[in-house]
Amino acid sequence: MNSITKSLLALMLVTGLTACKKDEIKDDIDSAPIVDSSTAPDVTTAAVDPRNHTDVRNLDNPESLLSKRVIYFDYDQSTVRAEFRPVVQAHAAFVAANSSASVTLEGHADERGSREYNLALGERRGNSVSGLFSAQGVRGSQMNVVSYGEERPICRETSDSCWGSNRRVEIVYTAR
Amino acid sequence: MNKQLICERSRISRLLVGLSLSLFGLLFLVQNSYAKLEIEILEGVSGAIPIAIVPLKWEATTPPPSTLPNTVVSADLYRSGLFSPLPAEDIIATPANGDEIRFAAWQALKNDYIVVGKISGDVVDGYEVSFELFDIHTQQRLLARVFPVKPGDLRHAAHRIADAVYERIIGTPGAFATRIAYVTATGTGDNIEFQLMVADADGFSPQAIATSPEPLMSPAWSPDGNRIAYVSFEKGNSAVYIQNILTGSRQLISSFKGINGAPSFSPDGHRLAVSLSKSGNSEIYLHTLGSSEFTRLTNHWSIDTEPVWDSNGHYIYFTSDRAGRPQIYRIKVTGGNPERISWEGDYNARASISPRNNKIAMVQGSKNRYRIAIQDLENNRLIVVTNGILDESPSFAPNGSMILYASKENGKGVLLAVSVDGRVKQRLVLSEGDVREPAWSPIIQ
Repeated sequence: MNSITKSLLALMLVTGLTACKKDEIKDDIDSAPIVDSSTAPDVTTAAVDPRNHTDVRNLDNPESLLSKRVIYFDYDQSTVRAEFRPVVQAHAAFVAANSSASVTLEGHADERGSREYNLALGERRGNSVSGLFSAQGVRGSQMNVVSYGEERPICRETSDSCWGSNRRVEIVYTAR
Repeated sequence: MNKQLICERSRISRLLVGLSLSLFGLLFLVQNSYAKLEIEILEGVSGAIPIAIVPLKWEATTPPPSTLPNTVVSADLYRSGLFSPLPAEDIIATPANGDEIRFAAWQALKNDYIVVGKISGDVVDGYEVSFELFDIHTQQRLLARVFPVKPGDLRHAAHRIADAVYERIIGTPGAFATRIAYVTATGTGDNIEFQLMVADADGFSPQAIATSPEPLMSPAWSPDGNRIAYVSFEKGNSAVYIQNILTGSRQLISSFKGINGAPSFSPDGHRLAVSLSKSGNSEIYLHTLGSSEFTRLTNHWSIDTEPVWDSNGHYIYFTSDRAGRPQIYRIKVTGGNPERISWEGDYNARASISPRNNKIAMVQGSKNRYRIAIQDLENNRLIVVTNGILDESPSFAPNGSMILYASKENGKGVLLAVSVDGRVKQRLVLSEGDVREPAWSPIIQ
């Protein structure tokens, strides 16, 4: 690799650091909930109830289910597992209660098998989540399912755990 | 508005990354033109046919290229696995025509066949190539051809010689003067660059015909070898395009809500089969090129995808999980009830049909092992021809002799080829990036 390529790579790294990554999963403890102190000077100390799934502040509250945005699936399956139902229900409650909110449900598959079948499988997973959203009153216009199949893996190793982390639906807010 | 809100969909970061990627892409393209696919034989056939490819006598008025055509012919025949060309250092004489061949000497070197010839003309107006193939034992001339070659087409001329020799001796057409398309992914994390590549069948002259920071998938050749249909996510969702590889012009074919995938040209080149999920789940549709019509062919709540035409244009083979797991089915292009084709194993997908419609190659999986299997459609016997862990995307050579497929080695996507009997294996090595989804072109006239 020549030096120009290296410096370009460095530039890309820098831009990547200053901007947010698309696939970033927002459940890290370091990112504190954002509270706008100028509009609510006296209630900043009042903690948000993390169980209030209609409060926009909980989307960034690591204590709240709303801060979790990834649903994982079994091999070649698209049923939302029981352990992820509360997360799906929390987001469905939020989107249903906030008519200006909208989400893209990004469906993904692991690398095993054929790519186009996996594209369809990723969509089926997205549809599975959108079906649960609909059941909780989310309007069709507030959600959009996009499948990336196996083309956007989180993890690139050939192992069960890695495959598990790639079989997912990411709930991406396009408006809050 | 807070930072989180802007970052949620991160359009800005995508723009920045996109900008730096396109800059990087320019540089990469320059570098990549030097990176070539190299082919190595993994397993060969014992008893390959010994043949001497004598350097063609250079009578042209301009200096010869660095790689002489005879070298290319030898390499082609070698990698077919069926021939064992005499090493260059053992070529004892350079006869340019039949009269100059001392057959006894070549027979002593244990050769069965010999190719001789010459090249005249020049690099400006083009060349004239003539060659002859002899059976050394009977001293019989099996082949004699003279043909014009455009400047810069000497490698292609060599592939044509190899095709003719292969066909005369083996009895089926060669597929050396063909091309392959494939997708590469270079980089990590969000900084991945996808490229749709086209190269000669021996891996030389790779060219990027499309580059994108978003996934590219499923290249499929038109029957005339001039166009490639593929899937691009450049608009955020999958969309099907057809690109002319000679002119670079490109046409958007479908970008409906949901999946737009798995394009496949009809044998007459007038129609495209695609998989669309605009109805709610993926179904096979037929589209007449130039029209705006998409006619639905399948109708089932399951996944129906990966349509491919048989060479008569009578049937579409496709993958469906209507019986619970993915299996290969076929349906008449006029519609009707699909008929299940694959029965062995609980995961069969991504069919490729042999040119004579008598075999289908497919990805056969068990839970952690995916290999390429070939089912003989005449007796329904099935053989597994590869032994990888994650083998996928089989594509028949246009002469039906080999199957090109993708696999994963040391975490990196690689291309491999295997003969239809499973005996000859080759690896096509690309120096960098993840290589996947090979598609072998038709025989280009």
